[in-house]
Amino acid sequence: MEIVYVYLKKRSEFGKQCNFSDRQAELSIDIPPNPELMEHFVVRDPVDRGIQCSYEMSEHEVNTERFEMETRGINHLEGGWPKDVNPLELEQTIRFRKKVEKDENYINAIMQLGYVMEHCIKQNNAINIYGEYFDEGDEYEVSDEPLSAKTINVFRDPNEIKRTATHLSWHPDANRKLAVAYSCLDFQRADVNMSFESYIWDLENPNKPELTLKPSSPLVTLEYNPKDSHILIGGCYNGQIACWDTRKSSLVADLSTIEFSHRDPVFGALWLQSKTGTECFSASTDGQVMWWDIRKINEPTEVLVMDISRKGILENALGAIALEFEPTMPTKFMVGTEQGIVISCNRKAKTAAEKIVCTFSGHHGPIYALQRNPFYPKNFLTVGDWTARIWSDDSRESCIMWTKYHMAYITDGAWSPQRPAVFFTTKMDGTVDIWDFSFKQCDPALSLKVCDEALFSLKVQDNGCFLACGSQLGTVTLLEVSSGLSTLQRNEKNIASSFFERETHREKILEAKHREMRLKEKAKLEGKEEDEEVKLNQEELLALAEEEFFDIINQEIRRKQAPLEKKKKQSYEEEELEEFIYKGDEDDEDEEEEEEEEKEEKEEKEEKEEKPKE
Amino acid sequence: MYDRKLFCLTFSMVCIHLLQAEVEETLKRIQNHKGVIGTMVVNAEGIPIRTTLDNSTTVQYAGLLHQLTMKAKSTVRDIDPQNDLTFLRIRSKKHEVMVAPDKEYLLIVIQNPTE
Repeated sequence: MEIVYVYLKKRSEFGKQCNFSDRQAELSIDIPPNPELMEHFVVRDPVDRGIQCSYEMSEHEVNTERFEMETRGINHLEGGWPKDVNPLELEQTIRFRKKVEKDENYINAIMQLGYVMEHCIKQNNAINIYGEYFDEGDEYEVSDEPLSAKTINVFRDPNEIKRTATHLSWHPDANRKLAVAYSCLDFQRADVNMSFESYIWDLENPNKPELTLKPSSPLVTLEYNPKDSHILIGGCYNGQIACWDTRKSSLVADLSTIEFSHRDPVFGALWLQSKTGTECFSASTDGQVMWWDIRKINEPTEVLVMDISRKGILENALGAIALEFEPTMPTKFMVGTEQGIVISCNRKAKTAAEKIVCTFSGHHGPIYALQRNPFYPKNFLTVGDWTARIWSDDSRESCIMWTKYHMAYITDGAWSPQRPAVFFTTKMDGTVDIWDFSFKQCDPALSLKVCDEALFSLKVQDNGCFLACGSQLGTVTLLEVSSGLSTLQRNEKNIASSFFERETHREKILEAKHREMRLKEKAKLEGKEEDEEVKLNQEELLALAEEEFFDIINQEIRRKQAPLEKKKKQSYEEEELEEFIYKGDEDDEDEEEEEEEEKEEKEEKEEKEEKPKE
Repeated sequence: MYDRKLFCLTFSMVCIHLLQAEVEETLKRIQNHKGVIGTMVVNAEGIPIRTTLDNSTTVQYAGLLHQLTMKAKSTVRDIDPQNDLTFLRIRSKKHEVMVAPDKEYLLIVIQNPTE
């Protein structure tokens, strides 16, 4: 211990030494209580005083500026070698190693460790200690926590002139990458200096896109090939179809010739299910749907005109915006048009006229999204104007379920791949709505404001947990939805299917009634002869009604008399009998009125029976 | 006497050679077990003595696992000073890393468990 500083004071400067001694208690002062002072005070009852013994705290929120990060590697040399050995010289290191191997300690150590190690290795090979021995099956989570969703990452358009993120596509395998198509959909308002590039983002790195795709015209839509994750197909603003292979450079791999392509921007391009995995089809607002094989992309293999009068006249064709294809129904596909009509088509039909099977109309504006429910493919969701509607293949006249009219236009929608009753929609006021009709039908289960500008596109990842939405300024936001909305709930499949069936049934009944009413009106307009025939029918009905009526009354009387005979002693029942018989007399008088009523009922019933038979 | 010394020396050298051969055999046997991807022996300073993997991977494993083993050992001893770490197993998605520690050396084996 080192002495750092020495304090010096002379003994004489200390002063007198203190001598302490014990002493008895002494009373210094005694103040008795004075009752007169109490008159200055008033009793307060009750007394309300809050007591808190804790730290005072305050809450502040701070939003830091965006931090740009870059990943870099570090190269470091080997250390740990003794000073006389140069790690780079092979000879020296070998010599050192040989020296160590001769060491007795080394030999003993290795023998020991080797024994232990072998035991564990054999253990590993013999049995899998982490194996699932008791398979619980599907566990349904009953989550009481409130539904929520939070933003995980935001990918901004690196260009200065911002373009709309018009379409998103998740990488089919790992779902770690997102392909985004950027273009400006405002008619003729695209900036001259606007870049045509579209990007593929890696979710881990929001600062810089992983790959840049450079087409000759901005891409409106972009899709990964679900079979081959390196191939992408894009639909351009000028109507061409472009195909990329990410293993090659980022310039276009193949481009369709402009004479045979679409005349308007290609709004929908989807991959088909085929043995070669190279077939796709595209739709555009010029009214045509074209099939392509990417090996020979300069010409379409087939063209279909979206003319609902089935004559193939291009002038009458409806512009197609949304395209739908479900791999479980490979011959059918659906097209959503600008005019608000969904056209269901069959690819395998022989003539062009037969290809268009039926139409569903109901929207007031262009249909921006069209998707079949992944669990119940007979029902599909369409999004357009201010509503989202759910349709069933069976009910062609109207949709079976629909949302109320919102304040903002709905721009895109999609079903959740994990829950049959959940779907997502995006609106032009920048909100994402998550609907769960097994929970609430009038309003969305959750509504989030993602950004201030309009949202244009939406894509849900296959696990149902993540969803990406693209906005007008090219910002793609990645949201994570709480587990309550992405895990299958108990009985949900049954609930959803019963919902669909019930609504479809209701629509069918309404359709039937409408048809009936229309036929009745037709009948009224058709003249008097029919009226007379109807009267004759009425007389017959009258006779029938009388007979049936008396039969029923007699039956009732017989039924009541049987127990009455057994219990003659009870006066209550005798009274009942009297009343009944008395009523029977009354009934005879009211017969006619009742007959008329019955007659009318019979008429309607019989007519209804006739019509459905027709 | 000189002969005896020489005899002892050669005898001990032969013994060491035999033992060395055993060590070789042990390591080879470990490497040839089903599922074993790589084996390495690392000394207390983190210098790889024997390895079947390439240099950069070896150096990485040596440095990182050495630190981890030290930490694990100190943890076990902190909880119970009379206890000591005998074996360390790290199971990951792709494979299992097993570390057998000794006073001066570490035997590291990377295995793909049967699944």
